[in-house]
Amino acid sequence: MAVEQKTVATTGNIMVAEAMRQSAPDVMAAYPITPQTTIVEEYAKYVAQGRVHTEYVTVESEHSAMSACIGASAAGARVMTATSSQGLAYMWEQLHIASGLRCPIVMANANRALAAPINIHCDHSDIMGARDTGWVIYFAETAQEAYDNTLMSVRVAEHPDVMLPVMTTLDGFITTHTIDRARLLSDEDAAKFVGTYTPEHALLDTDNPTSHGNFASLGGTYFEFKKAQRNAIDRSMEVIKNVGAEFAELSGRPFDVVEGWGMDDAEYVIIAIGSTAGNCRHVARELRAKGVAAGVLKIRVFRPFPFTEVAEAIKGVKAVAVLDRSESFGAEGGPVFLEVRSALYDMETRPLVINYIYGLGGADVKLELIQQVYDDLVDLADGVHESGRLVYLGAR
Amino acid sequence: MANIKELSHNPEGLTGGHRLCAGCGASITVRQVMLAAGGTPVVTGCATGCLEVSTTIYPYTSWTGPFIHNAFENSAATVSGVEAAFKGLQRAGKIPADKQMKFVAFGGDGGTYDIGLQSLSGAMERGHDMVYVCYDNGAYMNTGIQRSSATPFGAWATTAEVGKAQQGKVQRRKDLTSIIADHGVYAAQASISHWKDLTNKAEKAFAVKGPAFINVLSPCPRGWRTLPSASVEIAKLGVQTGFWPLFEVEDGHWRQTVKVMNRKPVTEFLKPQGRFKHLFTPENAELLEAVQGEVDRYWDYIMRRCDCEA
Repeated sequence: MAVEQKTVATTGNIMVAEAMRQSAPDVMAAYPITPQTTIVEEYAKYVAQGRVHTEYVTVESEHSAMSACIGASAAGARVMTATSSQGLAYMWEQLHIASGLRCPIVMANANRALAAPINIHCDHSDIMGARDTGWVIYFAETAQEAYDNTLMSVRVAEHPDVMLPVMTTLDGFITTHTIDRARLLSDEDAAKFVGTYTPEHALLDTDNPTSHGNFASLGGTYFEFKKAQRNAIDRSMEVIKNVGAEFAELSGRPFDVVEGWGMDDAEYVIIAIGSTAGNCRHVARELRAKGVAAGVLKIRVFRPFPFTEVAEAIKGVKAVAVLDRSESFGAEGGPVFLEVRSALYDMETRPLVINYIYGLGGADVKLELIQQVYDDLVDLADGVHESGRLVYLGAR
Repeated sequence: MANIKELSHNPEGLTGGHRLCAGCGASITVRQVMLAAGGTPVVTGCATGCLEVSTTIYPYTSWTGPFIHNAFENSAATVSGVEAAFKGLQRAGKIPADKQMKFVAFGGDGGTYDIGLQSLSGAMERGHDMVYVCYDNGAYMNTGIQRSSATPFGAWATTAEVGKAQQGKVQRRKDLTSIIADHGVYAAQASISHWKDLTNKAEKAFAVKGPAFINVLSPCPRGWRTLPSASVEIAKLGVQTGFWPLFEVEDGHWRQTVKVMNRKPVTEFLKPQGRFKHLFTPENAELLEAVQGEVDRYWDYIMRRCDCEA
């Protein structure tokens, strides 16, 4: 039985801010960038109202935001921040250091295009640029998922088997700014779920002084640290699932790293991440009514990538379309496509697969476009198209 | 202010056995600054550079207290975060409200004057209770003596070469101490040659509630092309020639802390250093005068701000 919750009509950003407040971070670094800004603005109100004990650090850049988070996390604090686009790119160096120093920082990213040309709207260019920085990465489809993911992130990041930074992402404007219906846990239930953080090696523990960020480039120790980091993110998959199951029980909202719709007998499947999954389900539902065996597979956790779960889900499917909301210039396809196709390699019978780059810089993802993808999949299965093509969906 | 006997009873922040060069000004700077913290526990942050790589080779460390290195340009921002955590955790009751701690960040001139200026300025403006110490050796020494904005006019560096068309660095040195002083924080310029002046300033900086900055002249035998045994002597000449005036800015009041009677010609500071060798050829006589002119200009400027007779 799920606990009692309040239903609210609000934006994804406000839901993220609420989840952060309920997690009681000791330090938050704040720097504005659209469309993330309303998260840190909302948090500034909590600070002004005296509702949080958080030390709110209004840094002068995203680079310093992540630098301060690293310092605070190493000091032993629970630490959070939020960013987007150029801000995330500006943090890139620090993202590696946060994971390398095993700082369990929680950060929200409002997914947004990267310049040039400048564009403030949604795509996944920013987050995909950070996909190999050693962070656990969640994608949210809705304001509800943005909230749920944030609360779960705290538990995953601080789990002793993990101790890695976690990014919870939501699509710029689409999820960050539009009013959505969502359910909010009570402060008590949320606090009980996230628990408190007791660091093992804190800089502020002056009785047991520790050195963080030492020089390890001689004698292969750097190599060993990186291997330990890989082991940690691999271990995080089980923790993500366990925390997800616990959260599902508390909230009544099921959680899995991949979430299927109509997958039991699907022949034509779209794989999507983020807000577009909703559009895909809407079209798939209409197709089902017409007798087309359409399915949707949403990937909710992108790092670590759920290879086994994806392969298992699309077993027996005739044709798969992978939607990528970012480019990987010069590669075989978009970042999600590369992962999915890699997951397919070890399968005995592989479905046909096709890649679509769509919605860059906030370009509309209309239902007709999704319909076109399903039409293509039927053609693909009938041998009209060849497999593996890259399609720019909806581009003039 | 503590005398040398009292200082000698204070705990050392940096132990011997580190791998810095003999005669390195940075280690002298650190030891003097850390002694001034008295018995209060200090968390130290360090920018990437000689000081950091030579003292923290995994699995060893030369730092007796908590230490953090993050990257080259952000020791100020990183220590801001550590200090913020202290406040946040105290407010949460996870650290006793009466616990005292100090926070210090060290960076070389490259990591402070150049790439780290934004993060330093941000930390000073936000008012974190921390001390930032720049050990100024006038170049990127860790990467092999490239010019920084702290490199003096006329000095040789591997990216400010000496040849037919150019005689070392063509621009003058950035005046970082004044820039930071104008943030309205405690700011001082010190030298490893004047230990009493330096430790007094460090004591004040640690005592200030809020940010403080000290810029310390720290010779680098490798980059300055000098003997390791000459570091302190050359730093002293830097002060006596007026190349490096010793002053502090407290509550907006500028004060010369070590009077220099009969300022020596700058050539006495330049002569022992291989990086200025080319200035002493007959065809560069004008350039040598220009160096003196630049030192005089800066001296006059600082003395005016200190309201002293130049």
